[in-house]
Amino acid sequence: MFGWSELVPAFPEILVLSMACVVLLVGLFTDKKKGGFIVFLSVITMMFAAILTLKDHVAGVEFTKTVIFNGTFIRDEFGDMLKVVVYLLMISVFFYAKQYLRQHDNLQGEYFALLLFATLGIMVMISGHNFIALYLGLELLALSSYALVAYNRNDLNGNEAAMKYFILGALASGMLLYGMSLIYGAVGTLQINEISQAIAGQNNDMFLVLGLIFVIVGIGFKLGAAPFHMWVPDVYEGAPTATTLFIASAPKIAAFALAVRILGQSLDVLMIHWQSMLATLAIVSIIVGNLFALQQTNLKRLFAYSTISHIGFMLLGLVGGAEGIAASMFYIIVYTIMAVGGFGMIVLLSNKGMEADQIADFKGLNQRSGWYAFLMLLLVASMAGFPPLIGFFSKLYVLKAVIDQGHIILAAVAVIFAVIGAFYYLKIIKVMYFEESETDQAIDASFDVKTVLSINALAQLGLLVLLPVLFQYCIRVTGSL
Amino acid sequence: MIASYFPILLFLAVATGLGIALMSLGLLFGTRKTNDEKISAYECGFEAFDDAHMKFDVRFYLVAILFIIFDLEIAFLFPWSVVLEELGGFGLVSMFIFLFLLVIGFIYEWKKGALEWE
Repeated sequence: MFGWSELVPAFPEILVLSMACVVLLVGLFTDKKKGGFIVFLSVITMMFAAILTLKDHVAGVEFTKTVIFNGTFIRDEFGDMLKVVVYLLMISVFFYAKQYLRQHDNLQGEYFALLLFATLGIMVMISGHNFIALYLGLELLALSSYALVAYNRNDLNGNEAAMKYFILGALASGMLLYGMSLIYGAVGTLQINEISQAIAGQNNDMFLVLGLIFVIVGIGFKLGAAPFHMWVPDVYEGAPTATTLFIASAPKIAAFALAVRILGQSLDVLMIHWQSMLATLAIVSIIVGNLFALQQTNLKRLFAYSTISHIGFMLLGLVGGAEGIAASMFYIIVYTIMAVGGFGMIVLLSNKGMEADQIADFKGLNQRSGWYAFLMLLLVASMAGFPPLIGFFSKLYVLKAVIDQGHIILAAVAVIFAVIGAFYYLKIIKVMYFEESETDQAIDASFDVKTVLSINALAQLGLLVLLPVLFQYCIRVTGSL
Repeated sequence: MIASYFPILLFLAVATGLGIALMSLGLLFGTRKTNDEKISAYECGFEAFDDAHMKFDVRFYLVAILFIIFDLEIAFLFPWSVVLEELGGFGLVSMFIFLFLLVIGFIYEWKKGALEWE
């Protein structure tokens, strides 16, 4: 029977839930003009959640996996590492969101409450140890995201984006649920570990494989992998930039965790099937993402297609065996940091009534501010994968794992299209440094936002120091699954 | 076996009988003064026969959504109260957490003015 001590491993989730409610109520009684307190509360929440998560990992004390709530919730090193990354990402998302909403005179408590609920959804997805728990987390995240996309009620593009996101998201959830129900029908349990035991040795059961196909379609939709990527560019472009930078970051980590929990942990016996499916998705994503990004003039759309290709790389890692999963985890962590920074830069350059989401808006950025041009250079070059930035190493690890597994053709295609992709990243750099600026408007942002953005971009260099440690951690936590 | 359904038959008979009796009493003894308004088809708040593609006040949805939340709350409370003794302290606290979350939602909608029609 249930004991109260079972709640202890779930303290970070309980904290985030309580604080989301508090922020919702505080937002009601706070003036629109102020609202700094709401941001402060949200940031503090993430910090305390980080402390609660990390307090079990002090040096010298053995960390043990705990499964609670009748096996539906797991605290393990894999989940905790991803959660800490999510907290850090969310802190920067809160600062950028504050800047963006201030520009538009629309800073309200609901936005941050929704972000916190979405964070809770992400945490449940990371820690879910049961298909229903995973699905609940996914829906909490998705419903909050739909509302966040439609945040500017009078913005037609935002509403269109939210509608598309909602319809396709609901379709994807349906696919995922159908797949889960087929697997449940074949196995008779929803627990991750029990499924794994129950299907041992039946890797050709057609019923299971059918379920697997639906699950992969669902995950592909949620990740935005081609050919299930149709919603990504429209949603990225139509959503308020603050929402775009959220959607582009933390939920990707959650989707990665979902993929690892469902495919890696519960359906591990079917590896031979899902590896070939993921390899196809990965290659199509890398090709589609990079080719379509070449023609974009809208930076948010461009980043959307670049996301698709990055997701392709992440999926490619999952094909590369045990080391590949670690490489893929490293890749998605690094990518989300870059993505937040890239969109943060758009937020920084925007001002009231104008969104700096065209490549042309970055013309001559170097004349306006050498520092921000440099930061954007770091971010974009890292996305393109130029050595010695961190984005290069994340690609390197993935490719190394894939080649070690003998998939040389996959690696070759990925590299060729990554090189093609470098063109559009270089175009941004060219525009910033070699073209004349059309405005001489000063960049106007508060000190904290500037600091967060600088840290975010400099992390592309700074993380090099931590590179071996970070990758070792990724190997360890994925190994302990 | 079939005898155990007798109460239902009795119920049907009484219900039908009572229904017919009351209707006919009204018909026999009631006063009837009809006018156009009285005998026209009635639909609460709308024209009864109109173009289906009309604009529909979004506040109806709001009220419906608010209603269904609290309606569902009651639907949870009924079975919970029946088995509360077996659930013990855990069940009691769980339900209060659930109710507390709903109260937060209630405060929110109240303060936002969702409960005011005009």
